[in-house]
Amino acid sequence: MSNGYHIVVCAGIVPDPLQTLEPVTGPQGPALRNEMMLPAVLDPWAAHALYEAAHLARNAPGSKVWLVSLSPKAKLQQVMMTIAQKVPFELVALDGPASGFTDAGETAVALARAIQAIPGLDRSRLLVFGGWESASRGAGATLQMVGEILGITDQFQGVDALEIQSDGSFRILERIEGGVHQVSACAGPPAVLGWATGTLPEPPNQPQIGMQNMRAIMPALQGAQPAGLAGGKIEFLEVRIPSVRRETQVIKDLSPEEIAKEIVEWIKE
Amino acid sequence: MEKILLLLGVDAEGKLSKAGLEAVEQARRLACSLPGASWAVGLVGRDAQDAARQVANCGAGKFLAVTGDAFASPRYASDAAAAEALARRSEATLILAPADSRWMRALPGAAHRLGAAVDTHIAAVEVADGAVQVRRWYYRQRIEAQQTRRSRPWVLLMDAGNIEPWAGEAGETALEALPAEVAESWDRTKVVGVEAPETDEQTIRPDAGLLFVAGAGWTKKQPDGLSHLEEAAELILDFVRKTKCSLGSSKSLVELSSEGQAVLPFLTHLHQVGQTGSTPRHPKGLATCCHGEEPHVVGWRFIKERRAVNLDPNCGWAQGKADVLYVADAFAVMREVNRLLG
Ligand SMILES: Cc1cc2nc3c(=O)[nH]c(=O)nc-3n(C[C@H](O)[C@H](O)[C@H](O)COP(=O)(O)OP(=O)(O)OC[C@H]3O[C@@H](n4cnc5c(N)ncnc54)[C@H](O)[C@@H]3O)c2cc1C
Repeated sequence: MSNGYHIVVCAGIVPDPLQTLEPVTGPQGPALRNEMMLPAVLDPWAAHALYEAAHLARNAPGSKVWLVSLSPKAKLQQVMMTIAQKVPFELVALDGPASGFTDAGETAVALARAIQAIPGLDRSRLLVFGGWESASRGAGATLQMVGEILGITDQFQGVDALEIQSDGSFRILERIEGGVHQVSACAGPPAVLGWATGTLPEPPNQPQIGMQNMRAIMPALQGAQPAGLAGGKIEFLEVRIPSVRRETQVIKDLSPEEIAKEIVEWIKE
Repeated sequence: MEKILLLLGVDAEGKLSKAGLEAVEQARRLACSLPGASWAVGLVGRDAQDAARQVANCGAGKFLAVTGDAFASPRYASDAAAAEALARRSEATLILAPADSRWMRALPGAAHRLGAAVDTHIAAVEVADGAVQVRRWYYRQRIEAQQTRRSRPWVLLMDAGNIEPWAGEAGETALEALPAEVAESWDRTKVVGVEAPETDEQTIRPDAGLLFVAGAGWTKKQPDGLSHLEEAAELILDFVRKTKCSLGSSKSLVELSSEGQAVLPFLTHLHQVGQTGSTPRHPKGLATCCHGEEPHVVGWRFIKERRAVNLDPNCGWAQGKADVLYVADAFAVMREVNRLLG
């Protein structure tokens, strides 16, 4: 494509996976204890989508990448300190909860509205990217609804590869059951792609890109509009941590032969 | 009074998947426990006759179908349109479907067209005081919630492995075919096939009784100061072949494999279990040379019996994450296990 793509990556933020999470009931329903204090990261699969977007943009001159994020802006600012150093993008920030307990439909409406308001966005060149599931709600439903609102009916989920063919069409690999990929040919943009891991490693930090990005990120954060989620769509009856702790039997004094015998018997049980 | 529609995709052979038959059983139970509820099955595929026969005796009051070449392969535009047509025809208040790749791709968008709310990855559907309640996980299987909604229509995508598949006799039934309006624009996307990752053999087996996880320890320097990659690869593959188990991996190990290092070439990101990998369902799991850190172990939520082999008596598995931890050298143990398996 001669004038490149307009790639909008939808990405929330989530607690660092090494943190212990504990649910509490707040005024707006369930929340995480000390949610605002937990260190956050860009939602992992959405982060892969961002790296894939940047890679695609680099190889298609004239392309541009936006990152649309609905999250509490103070926390988003912290996450941006590292993410901004990874790849070039323009931030569109929506101030609102990053909680998994919000409704996917409401979130989609807010994200779609923010995308529609991006100045100069060319819908005929538009690729909406995101993670195929968040690490918070884990619904895998938001992007499809964003696509519907934007009128995009070429949609793919669990994407591990997007290859541009010589005629500008796409070859897309999506994860399906049984550890294999479904292969599709798509005529080109506009399209929605919910990414799984993709094929790219996390880019190293590049302070120069960070400085460039941050010039526009700070005003975007300051001007972040409230996302306007009304909430209350889902009625939570119970929210709990399952009892996962097992009584681990630690066996230290058996020979490899004895252990192997036990394991084989256990497998065959 | 609830009107239930169960959506099922029909595969290329005209059959329903195991996850689809589980959804049949779920819909049947739900209809039975909601007084006055009616239910219909909506089939989507090239041809739905065989599939309708397969579930003719499940108790559904109606069998609807959207069929034709345009609906043969799972594709967003055609599946969303079919789902929308079936939902409108059945006037469903509750739309159920298996949370397989086909419906996960297409149904949330169709829900938006129908003005419906949608919840996915449902682990259980129950009825209490005449109201439908569902259970699902949040934060990658760390937090479990019981929840409900008042608004209708309500779309529920149900995860596999939570209920026995419906297994009644096949039979004959009337199938109402809905007129299918095929849009030219759908052909912007064409499904061209299925591809296995570039490995020599398929080692991911979702229906296996055992999950065998290999961790990064298999590539680390061992007490003799050397790493033994070739032997590690042989031991792992030999075990997988002999037991027909499903092979999983930690993030650290697949990342070593994909960064072009000469490590275990049969591992891809599809093998990764955990926070940013899969959450497979197997009755048993055996972890070797894997530390058992939380981001990995959240992917074990649906593994019932868990054992691990690790040199470190204080590794994650020892902290209440496995039933049995063998503190031992996995090379020695697996060598012997493979010998015993013959
Ligand atoms: C955002 C994020 C997401 C993540 N998502 C995931 C995920 O989805 N899945 C995942 O797995 N991880 C994930 N992680 C990474 C996770 O935190 C761990 O780093 C990773 O699981 C460690 O892999 P490992 O146990 O194989 O390797 P290591 O931590 O290197 O452990 C190797 C183990 O091998 C043992 N060992 C070595 N030699 C032997 C031997 N001869 N016999 C027996 N034992 C031996 C050692 O004692 C050690 O316990 C994530 C991390 C982050 C930050």
